[in-house]
Amino acid sequence: MSLRLDAPGPATGVRRFGHASRWVHRTTAALMGVCVVTAACLYIPQLAELVGRRELVVRIHEWAGLALPVPVLAGLASRAFRADLGFLNRFGPHDRVWLRAALRRDKRRASRPAGKFNAGQKIYAAWIAGATLVMIGTGLLMWFTHLTPLVWRTSATFVHDWLALTIGIVLAGHIGMALGDSEARRGMRTGSVSREWAEREHSLWRP
Amino acid sequence: MFDKYVNSEHPEEQRGKPIGRRVLLGTLGLGALGVVTAPTLQRGLESFLAGASDKDPTGLTDLLPNGGGFRYYSVTSSVPRKNADTYRLTVDGLVDHPGTYTLAELRALPQTRMVRDVQCVTGWRVPGTPFEGVRLSRLLDAAGVREGAGAVRFTCFDGAYSESLTLDQARRADVLVALRMQDKDLGHAHGGPVRLYVAPMYFYKSAKWLSGITVTKDVRPGYWEERGYDVDAWVGRSNGRDDEPTT
Repeated sequence: MSLRLDAPGPATGVRRFGHASRWVHRTTAALMGVCVVTAACLYIPQLAELVGRRELVVRIHEWAGLALPVPVLAGLASRAFRADLGFLNRFGPHDRVWLRAALRRDKRRASRPAGKFNAGQKIYAAWIAGATLVMIGTGLLMWFTHLTPLVWRTSATFVHDWLALTIGIVLAGHIGMALGDSEARRGMRTGSVSREWAEREHSLWRP
Repeated sequence: MFDKYVNSEHPEEQRGKPIGRRVLLGTLGLGALGVVTAPTLQRGLESFLAGASDKDPTGLTDLLPNGGGFRYYSVTSSVPRKNADTYRLTVDGLVDHPGTYTLAELRALPQTRMVRDVQCVTGWRVPGTPFEGVRLSRLLDAAGVREGAGAVRFTCFDGAYSESLTLDQARRADVLVALRMQDKDLGHAHGGPVRLYVAPMYFYKSAKWLSGITVTKDVRPGYWEERGYDVDAWVGRSNGRDDEPTT
């Protein structure tokens, strides 16, 4: 997408995200990034060979993982953030239309009605939240090995490994889509988006 | 054009279906189900992936969880490289004849080849892996273990790793000072040129980059053992695991 030289100033922009929501997104992204990078250093032989220091990398990975829900929990103090969570949670009839179009690879704007968040963003948010909790649960089982019955640890490792791979792919999709939409990124970075973009991408959103 | 939906958007906080919560709880449920059914799923996947990685020229399947193959673990940031000129193995402690071996001297001793499974305590397993080297018992006998000795401590030229076995464990016929693995000289990444191979135990006992064998009175816990792993690391009977034995 080309640079918007005639980009509307804040006066004509639409407020999309408050301070709290952007702060939660930023810190969660940073923690998730630490988890992904350390996981790669523990898991991919070439990187493990390059980095070594297994004990230290494991500690960083564990604590970053454990801290992952903290920004969201802290964000609950903000009304605006709670409202955003509410929008993410509730699905209306238009979301079904959006999902059906996505399944048919129908990219026409007319077939993709969306509120503040489109149905894909809603599903992503709910799934990544659930997946993060599963990673924390299985991670704790692998961490405190003497607290749980024998089979649990191997089973937890199995789920942790495969879910990590899945999360890696889904995260790549999330980042890829953000890279493809500079205005969406601007919304997360500055808090405002152009009215034109809002009307085009989120036609049912009434800010 | 979406006027018919507009009313569904704004009050959606109150009126829309809480599908987000259901997706979240569903993901949690699936995760729990995954943990419960993991033993079955894992067996199926392992046999499938082992087959696939045999036919995979790209090596990408090795990067999948349980994709078959070794994983590289080092506890230090970098490990010096040793070759036939620079490598030395020291044998000392409670022995009558302390000394050092060069790689050539180790190669000149009678070699034993064993094909066993490698089982890591974190779960991965490499079936049917050939190891070749000198029986540890031969080196201990040559050094002459003194009265009162009860254990053997291993040190490594990565400068940090250490391991221990009781003297009885160390004298087992399936404990090797390994020079070759998978019918190739041991490469650096696999702990070459010389590593320990303790076939009946979890693979952390098979210290890589072996540089010192010290006969001691008592067992001293090694690197991972000070961090919670079992000293007697029999496969299937330690560390809270129930893997199939490797021997």
